Amino acid sequence: MLDRPETANTLTEIAGVRIELIKRGTGRPLLLLHPAIGIKSTDRVIEDLARSFTVIAPSHPGFGRSELPRAMTTVDDLAYFYLDVMDALDLRNVVLAGVSFGGWIAAEIAIKSTERISHLVLADAVGIKLGNREQRDIVDIFTTKQSDVDRLAFHDPKIAAIDHASISDDDAHILFRNREATALFAWSPYMYDPKLAGRLHRIKVPTLVLWGASDGIALPDYGRAYSRLISGAQFELIEDAGHYPHIERPDLFTRKIVEFVSHAKRRET
Amino acid sequence: MKIYSFSEQSYPDAWFEDAESLRVNLPNRHCDPEVAARLYNRYLDEWMLADELGLNIIVNEHHATATCMSASVHLTLAILARQTKRARLLGLGTPIANRSDPLRVAEEMSIIDVISRGRLEMGFIKGVPYEIVPANAKPVHVMDRFWEAHDLIIKAMTTRDGPFSWEGEHFQYRSVNIWPRPYQQPHPPIWSSSSSPSSSRALGARGYVVATVMTGYRAKAVFDDYRKGWKDAGRSQPAPLDRFAYMGFVAVGKSEAEGLRRAELVKSYLQTNTLVAEPYKNPPGFMAASDAAKLFQRVGWRGPSHQMATKGGKPLGSAAQGSVADTIAGGLMFAGTPDQVYDQVVDFYQAVGGFGHFLMMSQAGQMGHQDTVESMTLFAREVMPRLQDFHAAAQLAA
Repeated sequence: MLDRPETANTLTEIAGVRIELIKRGTGRPLLLLHPAIGIKSTDRVIEDLARSFTVIAPSHPGFGRSELPRAMTTVDDLAYFYLDVMDALDLRNVVLAGVSFGGWIAAEIAIKSTERISHLVLADAVGIKLGNREQRDIVDIFTTKQSDVDRLAFHDPKIAAIDHASISDDDAHILFRNREATALFAWSPYMYDPKLAGRLHRIKVPTLVLWGASDGIALPDYGRAYSRLISGAQFELIEDAGHYPHIERPDLFTRKIVEFVSHAKRRET
Repeated sequence: MKIYSFSEQSYPDAWFEDAESLRVNLPNRHCDPEVAARLYNRYLDEWMLADELGLNIIVNEHHATATCMSASVHLTLAILARQTKRARLLGLGTPIANRSDPLRVAEEMSIIDVISRGRLEMGFIKGVPYEIVPANAKPVHVMDRFWEAHDLIIKAMTTRDGPFSWEGEHFQYRSVNIWPRPYQQPHPPIWSSSSSPSSSRALGARGYVVATVMTGYRAKAVFDDYRKGWKDAGRSQPAPLDRFAYMGFVAVGKSEAEGLRRAELVKSYLQTNTLVAEPYKNPPGFMAASDAAKLFQRVGWRGPSHQMATKGGKPLGSAAQGSVADTIAGGLMFAGTPDQVYDQVVDFYQAVGGFGHFLMMSQAGQMGHQDTVESMTLFAREVMPRLQDFHAAAQLAA
């Protein structure tokens, strides 16, 4: 279960778990929590963010090449893991940014403790339940044809298409490892924690909610409602981007975070 | 050799309305309850006949599908426990990792065993991938959940001084104390199905009956892997043939033409069985990520398909597209006159190293009642006695 591709020396042990970690740039730390599709060191957003921050972008336990401790089975476990990671690396004044599934983890972290966090950025974040019991807020990727998922997730679905015939062995393995880990953490309730919405009021750090204007997986209205549950949160759309604005518009994604961090001061509590 | 009669209790009237998917997402407006009532009662009648003919009975379950209306092994077995007299009643099986409540499985199985006065054979299965979504079962760690459910069921059936408590990773109970306890002691025989080396070895280590379903000549590898698990568990005697079961189609006629005509009808199972929409074919975590990756590199999101090969290993293409002759050559189908069917089964038996249980899909898909009755009767009267003599001689020789 969750067997890993060959890794050589690419893993770093943090808080007791050997994980794949991208670290680049200088300046205040920005912890970037990736969506269910994972993250690559070649993603343009890393380079863009690294001009303004020390970007720390781990692959979550079970994703990419990161190992998965058997006891980790919930998003809550991941949130506690990242609290440990920030302690272990002694990160301070962290800009915590999460996209989609990573946004869910970021929110779960922030309701627990913002001791080390100065700013929170939730981009197309999932994790809360808004609609009634017969209304799904988030498209179920596990019962939707992949070509439809791609169409809903991307402003330009051509970016999403994966050619099964030319994908490398490692990338194919990671693709399915990411899917498996996503199912482990988010199968049911699907992509949300029933308790999270009622706890978002605990978040007191400046929060920016970014949303791809073309997101068909979780609609911008879901993002607006999400932002209203966090006191003082700012909501902004990113044009020409879907569910993964950090992939489709890394420039805008980065600029909005840089502007937000330079203007919004952490309130003393 | 024990022979079992199998039908998936399908609803063929809805079969060709949606070419893409007959499972999970085919709306039930395509199910007319009048037709369903007629079909259920007909299939039960055919099992009553099987009982009279000296055949045993195997039932299964699937969910949200026109290919199999049996949504509960236990419900069908409960009816048959009361209605039949002699047949062993095999459920193959109960998808215990998909059931939210293994304690209910233990209770219901015990009731079936008691009402039938000890005729139950208990099959516990992982199930096919497209059962995951209708069951809402998490596909990750499914075998961990399977074995915990298994352990709990066995403990519930064998504990005589309960109640006991259970605080496992997947299941928690404060008081387990089933009434009735099973009729067979300490519990009914356990079966499972396998098509992979690791699960075959795991079953061999436990000594359960391993059934392999329409795997053709790959059955030999399944049985060989079972033997490794059996031996590695420290047993000095070889695994007896009653640990092995094979399921294939059977279509018998008085003439070859009649048998082959019936074979066409039962073969409709293969054309429809895997008609399932893309997202349900291979849920994440159901197979190891490395295996899912290799499959993806080969076929994209289309998911696994059932490939056939001859005894000599020559590929015969997909089971869904093969002709009756292909399915016979692939060891999935045994069809023709009683003599031909006998010869085909014996030839297959020898090629895969023998088996003590033959699970025959004697009704499938569009095979009607009259054809089913005649084919089953011919098999029971003209093939079964000879097969049993052959098997007894093979066991003596071993």
